[in-house]
Amino acid sequence: MARIGVVTFPGSLDDRDAARAVRLAGAEPVRLWHAEDSLAGVDAVVLPGGFSYGDYLRAGAISRFAPIMGSVVDAANAGVPVLGICNGFQILCESHLLAGAMVKNTQLTFLCTDQVLRVENAQTAWSNQFAQGQEILIPLKNQDGQFIADEPTLDELEGEGRVVFRYVGNPNGSRRDIAGITNARGNVVGLMPHPEHAVEDGFGPGTDGLGFFRSALTALLASA
Amino acid sequence: MTTAPAGTPDTVENATATPGAELPYAELGLKEDEYARIVDILGRRPTAAELAMYSVMWSEHCSYKSSKRHLGQFGDKTTEEMREHLLVGIGQNAGVVDIGDGWAVTFKVESHNHPSYVEPYQGAATGVGGIVRDIISMGARPVAVMDQLRFGAIDHPDTARVVHGVVSGVGGYGNSLGLPNIGGETEFDASYQRNPLVNALCVGVLRHEDIHLANAEGAGNKVVLFGARTGGDGIGGASILASETFDEDKPSKRPSVQVGDPFMEKVLIECCLELFAARVVEGIQDLGAAGISCATSELASNGDGGMHVDLENVLLRDPTLTAGEILMSESQERMMAVVAPDKLEEFLAITGRWDVETSVIGEVTGTGRLTIDHYGQRIVDVDPKTVAHEGPVYDRPYAKPAWQDALNADDAARLPRPASPEDVRTQALTVLASPNLASKSWITDQYDRYVQGNTAMSQPDDAGVIRVDETSGLGVAIATDANGRFTKLDPYTGARQALAEAYRNVATVGARPLAVTDCLNFGSPEDPDAMWQLVQAITGLADACAELGVPVTGGNVSLYNSTLAGEVGKGHIDASINPTPVVGVLGVLDDVTHATPSGWSESGREVFLLGTTRTEFSGSVWAGVIHEHLGGRPPVVDLDAERSLARVLIDAASGGVAHAAHDLAAGGLLQSLTDAVLRHGVGADLDLTGLLERDGIDLATVLFAESGARALVAANPDRGNDLVALAESHSVPVLRLGTTSDGDLDLGGGLTFTVAELREAHEGVLPARFA
Repeated sequence: MARIGVVTFPGSLDDRDAARAVRLAGAEPVRLWHAEDSLAGVDAVVLPGGFSYGDYLRAGAISRFAPIMGSVVDAANAGVPVLGICNGFQILCESHLLAGAMVKNTQLTFLCTDQVLRVENAQTAWSNQFAQGQEILIPLKNQDGQFIADEPTLDELEGEGRVVFRYVGNPNGSRRDIAGITNARGNVVGLMPHPEHAVEDGFGPGTDGLGFFRSALTALLASA
Repeated sequence: MTTAPAGTPDTVENATATPGAELPYAELGLKEDEYARIVDILGRRPTAAELAMYSVMWSEHCSYKSSKRHLGQFGDKTTEEMREHLLVGIGQNAGVVDIGDGWAVTFKVESHNHPSYVEPYQGAATGVGGIVRDIISMGARPVAVMDQLRFGAIDHPDTARVVHGVVSGVGGYGNSLGLPNIGGETEFDASYQRNPLVNALCVGVLRHEDIHLANAEGAGNKVVLFGARTGGDGIGGASILASETFDEDKPSKRPSVQVGDPFMEKVLIECCLELFAARVVEGIQDLGAAGISCATSELASNGDGGMHVDLENVLLRDPTLTAGEILMSESQERMMAVVAPDKLEEFLAITGRWDVETSVIGEVTGTGRLTIDHYGQRIVDVDPKTVAHEGPVYDRPYAKPAWQDALNADDAARLPRPASPEDVRTQALTVLASPNLASKSWITDQYDRYVQGNTAMSQPDDAGVIRVDETSGLGVAIATDANGRFTKLDPYTGARQALAEAYRNVATVGARPLAVTDCLNFGSPEDPDAMWQLVQAITGLADACAELGVPVTGGNVSLYNSTLAGEVGKGHIDASINPTPVVGVLGVLDDVTHATPSGWSESGREVFLLGTTRTEFSGSVWAGVIHEHLGGRPPVVDLDAERSLARVLIDAASGGVAHAAHDLAAGGLLQSLTDAVLRHGVGADLDLTGLLERDGIDLATVLFAESGARALVAANPDRGNDLVALAESHSVPVLRLGTTSDGDLDLGGGLTFTVAELREAHEGVLPARFA
């Protein structure tokens, strides 16, 4: 069975939920601790949501220096699938594994809503179970969710097909409605919405989130 | 390590030697006779540090000195049968209820009203933080929060400041803790101007064997303080500082509102759960009001011996704090544990892993005394029970207010009611767009409702529903209610109504009501009017709990909500807030996936009204919005009818009969229909003539009256007859109103509302004011 690690930082909030989603998708969740530098031989890594270190500085700015992040960066560069959700996305940006940055939502308040996303790239390690152009319903909940980057970077992301998910109805002012992006290789994906909260009927808006984790299993099988 | 402060501390020895020394007890809020009692208890004058401890612990907030005499009713009226599911009752940090399969749930609601007016963000944030620590102290993992908010008039210039601060404070703290906010209440009323109410409820989950108590037992066990460092925040006021500060260089004023750090609290939650799992904690207490004074005296008082503390071992944020300040500081995110010496190393390893600063500050003794030394000098030597549990108890004078009878005589039935469908329609849209009925999603969308992945229902459903056991689906439902307008008209009935509504809400989703928590928000106990309201409400709530067989497991009293008395004077009808007894009911569901939602999600479902509608307008939203009227007597509370209705609703959920169910409360049938429609944009074709005839009422009464013991239920396909049979078997009046549809909300007789116009009326109100 594929083993997918979920990192807990001080202030991680959705780490147990990400582990549950991994289990429901059919993989074995492995809890990883920020202060260790070992990835325990996992096949893929999830950086979960939360407010690591309180996010009193820029979101993710401190976590990127956690001992485990060195290993995560090395693994990502070696092609291991890495998913950053919300705070995890912010940490991936701070770690320069992904482009851009997140600032406060345009309305300046925390927003929790069921958000429709359009799949723009169904080829990545975390989106290959979706169809190109498919619309999925995933909870969004954050305060600093507005994705920004300079125009050349945005053009590059668009040009290389690295925009993975786009908001249908922009909830927070993100540039070009971008909800999630990937790296050049397509193994590292970050997004602000929370797929781990759409994995069980009755506990979130449907089960579209399972597709993220099943995509990783498919990617791992293909590379095995 | 800090060094001893300069100057001579006021030691026990010194206090004995200088019996005539003047102490500023009045500035600390103690009355002359209270001070005399302290001298009598100690057999000498108190030291400055002892005086600090007694003054905070004997305050109204900590000692319940005005309400204690009456709160005893909650215990006295709880029968053995009602205690069947109670694992821990009133008196600990929170009550604990057995929900089956070895699972237990602890829950409690508390107020943080006054700080939230002074500094709305931090006041609300630390209100959430405080109640969450109460829940951790029981050995539980916190799994959800709710907030009960009351603000001044929505169009008052100061209201937006308070709303923005409080909502972002509740959200900012709760969201950062990873606790889903599953519901609550928000109301606006001029009586809360300059006196907003911020109540917060937390619920936690634990196994029976994981229950921890705030007891210091076993001589030789270590007393450990861990979490945030102790700072100068939250000390009870400048007068206290002035009384003890001899150092001219010190800052003379400190904020009296505490400042929260949710990150620290989140780490503290996980750290405590790991400590509990490792079985290295003998007793535990959170630090809230009165800080170390409260934690040491309560732990020692609940235990079997005494306690000794060396105060210089407390880790400080500010090394210039005096002993008295350290004892009174209300710095947040701190916990105190009692740890066996052979478990200490493991304890420290766990707190170290979480980078939680920890210090051993003392130990449990067999002396029966609480002694505190500061750099080797004895500054406190007291019987802890006299500090924690044997404070003054007052029998405050109370009497029915002079204005009460006139208020009750002014029945809203005299108000002109609209007769034509056109007039009803116009008033309906006005009522739906009033602040207290309008959608609260502008607020609740600022709260994380999904984190932890166990939220089966949240606002705007009738109750928040949380899964406890992932395998079986076992879970709990919680609802809170309070109607200040009804309670002003009749505090006894108003409190009963609050319980009835919360009980009904929990049953509406299909849960069996098990236990109660309450937060009693009232005016000054020194005003006989407000005191009468408090006594009436406590009596009403205790009686109603006994009649419904649900015990109060804990709660909180917030008095002195009488800011406006300064303007209108004591005895005036507007001197205090509308008395607001927030009542929370917890119920259990065998499988939360069977919980009944409030909104219609399919067309073609038969819609039924359960219960009887009477000409009851007094205290209603309609009377307030259309006629700016508050008078008469609140709707009758019929607890037998409530119990029967609850049985129908619970069976309808477990039997798969109900497609949707929603209770009728503020705003009556009109509001319930609107909520049911707007959830998924599903309309209905209804005919109300049968209801008009059966209950002998007019159209305005059908839509606007706020009679209790009613619910709107849509049946699953081919289950309408089962619902009727179920209702009849419990003698609950039932009437088929029509079916859900893909179109408008058509009430028959030419009265139709489009989904779009309902949505516009209902959802635009708060964003227009605050977004």
